[in-house]
Amino acid sequence: MRPKLNILSSELVEQIIAEAYELLMDPGVRVHNDEALQLLGDAGAPVDLQTKIARIPQQMAQNALETAPSEFHLYDLDGRPVVHYGGDSVQFDPGSAAITILDSDTQQQRVPLTADFVDFVKLVEMLPQIDAQSTAMICGDVPEEVGDLYRLYLALNFMRKPIITGAFRKDTWWVMKDMLVAVAGSADALIQRPIAVFDVCPSPPLLWSDLTCQNMIDCAKNGIPSELVSMPLSGATAPVTLAAAVVQHAAECMSGVTICQLAKRGAPIVWGGSPAAFDMREGTTPMGAVETWMIDCAYAQVGKALGMPTHAYLGMSDAKVVDAQCGLESAGGAFMAALAGVNMVSGAGMMDFESCQSFEKLVIDAEIIGMAKRLLAGVQAREQPIALDLMRKLGHRADYLAQPHTLKWFNKELYIPSAVIDRGSLDGWKKKGSKTATRRAADRVTELLANYHPPEISRELRRELRELTTDAARRFGMDELPPLPEVE
Amino acid sequence: MTLELLKRITDSLVDGDPDATVEGTRLALDAGLAPLTIISDGLVPGMEVVGDRFQTGEYFLPHLIIAASGMQQAMELLEPELKQRHEVVQRLGTVVIGTVQGDIHEIGKTLVATLLSAAGFQVYDLGVNVSAAEFVSKVRETNAGLLGLSALLTTTMTAQRQVIDALREAGIRDRVKVMVGGAPVSQEWTETIGADGYAEDAVGAVALAKNLVS
Ligand code: B12
Repeated sequence: MRPKLNILSSELVEQIIAEAYELLMDPGVRVHNDEALQLLGDAGAPVDLQTKIARIPQQMAQNALETAPSEFHLYDLDGRPVVHYGGDSVQFDPGSAAITILDSDTQQQRVPLTADFVDFVKLVEMLPQIDAQSTAMICGDVPEEVGDLYRLYLALNFMRKPIITGAFRKDTWWVMKDMLVAVAGSADALIQRPIAVFDVCPSPPLLWSDLTCQNMIDCAKNGIPSELVSMPLSGATAPVTLAAAVVQHAAECMSGVTICQLAKRGAPIVWGGSPAAFDMREGTTPMGAVETWMIDCAYAQVGKALGMPTHAYLGMSDAKVVDAQCGLESAGGAFMAALAGVNMVSGAGMMDFESCQSFEKLVIDAEIIGMAKRLLAGVQAREQPIALDLMRKLGHRADYLAQPHTLKWFNKELYIPSAVIDRGSLDGWKKKGSKTATRRAADRVTELLANYHPPEISRELRRELRELTTDAARRFGMDELPPLPEVE
Repeated sequence: MTLELLKRITDSLVDGDPDATVEGTRLALDAGLAPLTIISDGLVPGMEVVGDRFQTGEYFLPHLIIAASGMQQAMELLEPELKQRHEVVQRLGTVVIGTVQGDIHEIGKTLVATLLSAAGFQVYDLGVNVSAAEFVSKVRETNAGLLGLSALLTTTMTAQRQVIDALREAGIRDRVKVMVGGAPVSQEWTETIGADGYAEDAVGAVALAKNLVS
């Protein structure tokens, strides 16, 4: 049996869903996107073109939830289905779109550059615990207007794992799509074997901004999965009670699924989010608050009840350096998400709310993820009888290290951490330099980067990706992209 | 009687009861109290207590925001009276604030606007996704001495520079001090685009604004 967290009673789930359907009619959803308003209107939803408020009938939303696939796969660049959205599968990717990086040498936040993100992508490739890449940071050495597509360009040059990404503009989405098509080989191949998911954020409460709504529609029409990132901030942009915040989340996601399915029936879309229990002292959006985790687990349960694949932003910290708070918060969120069966848990490496990425935190988080996945594997009988034969054979001798049974099972029963986790003796620890976890993590970063081998990517593909990116950058005043770090 | 009425207004702010603030203000006006007295001896002391308690950690944001809303509703009631008497409230200054074009993040901007208003500034909040032209025309119209520009995306930070350029083109750059803020904004960026100041959070924004007008 797999350990599972159900944070809501089934009655509460039902009531949340019922109230969410009601919100879709009254007060309805604000949709600041003409194509979506058209789609909703044509399908029979009452639409007020003046206020841009659409009222979505329950039946329409229900139909959409029916036609949206309950599961799909993401493929790696070797064509293997490595990520499963659906059921209780649990996978992890790094947090995305950080504005800063915690510099390894100075431990100060600074603007990320091309080389930083390339190293980050390499690290993610090297960490087996992490299932997918993400466009994790915005590089400061290209024009801001192409910051979103440039990170995808860099990642595609160094990765094999699938990627969670997103666009910050309507026009850049198309360039990003062209890059993915180039990598997949054809538009059709990309539909058959998706390698990327786009995050799309409704604005709380109950609003679809033009940009994210268009991104979602374009994804649907082009067969690219999208991932709803609904973020009720309880007490600020959503009611303060956790259950009510989950109602709002459900209504926002239902409206997204409806628009998506009207754009293209059967388009893959994920029930996801990044809510926060708003901090009433600092006015911030803590990712490390226990109530934030509770909202996430609750909406994941609601999404599952509706047959949707799920996502959550969890396993992050609000700490500003890689310290005790950082470990505490990241572990708490990651474990809760794993137990709740969230299909894709985004957040590894991320700290200072959703502002900053850290290499050291990423490798520490990989250990947390390894342990969380071990927890999910559960306590299994392994043999029949479980213990009787073996224990009768040994009697009262404590001689298990010498048993073939131990050799056979130990590395299936135990998650073996890297040297980031210290389990040595005090003396041993001192001999190795009395290093803190953060210092050991820094060592591991160096070691992993030294062992990274770039994937084989044809010259033509590299050139095509570079041309697509350069064309976009030219429109914003940059003729020549920063050089791509050595790929050999 | 007078003291009692004023204390009632003060307490209503401290207790976070905007309806009582409005009611108390109406009673005070009916009793013939001067609007400026109601403000200085009823409303302002209340806001001060709330502000102090927030600083010491006893009060939280909801206390602060609800008190600010009570204060604002009371001011709306007092405004016509003040006009009639040709009196004006001493403001620390006038601020136009908004989130720049292409950006719809509003929470931080609204917090800053609320605290500026509670601190005694006249605030015009233009909302989100505000174009450079709208900022320029509102600054002109209100003769504001301060302009606050919020941007939460690395892609929209550049719009802060565009607003500053637009102020310059309109020939009013030297009439207004420009404050910038939002998660990706830094001191360095502030200098790069030639803004006059930057603050990390809402409390810092109030200090910055006071500094810039003094
Ligand atoms: C909440 C949120 C949203 C909500 C906003 C809800 C709302 N109504 O405002 C929603 C869901 C709509 C949203 C949408 C998007 N978001 Co958003 N969002 C956030 C989040 C989690 C918190 C922002 C917040 O409200 N913080 C709380 C407030 C109180 O803090 P604050 O805004 O920083 O304000 C304080 C200070 O900065 C300062 N301040 C602010 N303004 C000003 C102005 C002046 C003059 C001064 C002096 C000071 C000042 O004082 C404030 C009070 O203390 C941030 C994460 C983060 N680390 O900031 C991401 C974040 C800003 N978002 C991000 C992104 C990418 C997006 C989207 C593009 C996602 C998408 N693809 O759909 C869209 C953008 C849509 C658009 N066109 O704007 C990224 C930006 C990345 C980047 N490099 O640019 C961030 C950093 C998250 C991430 N890492 O991915 N988002």
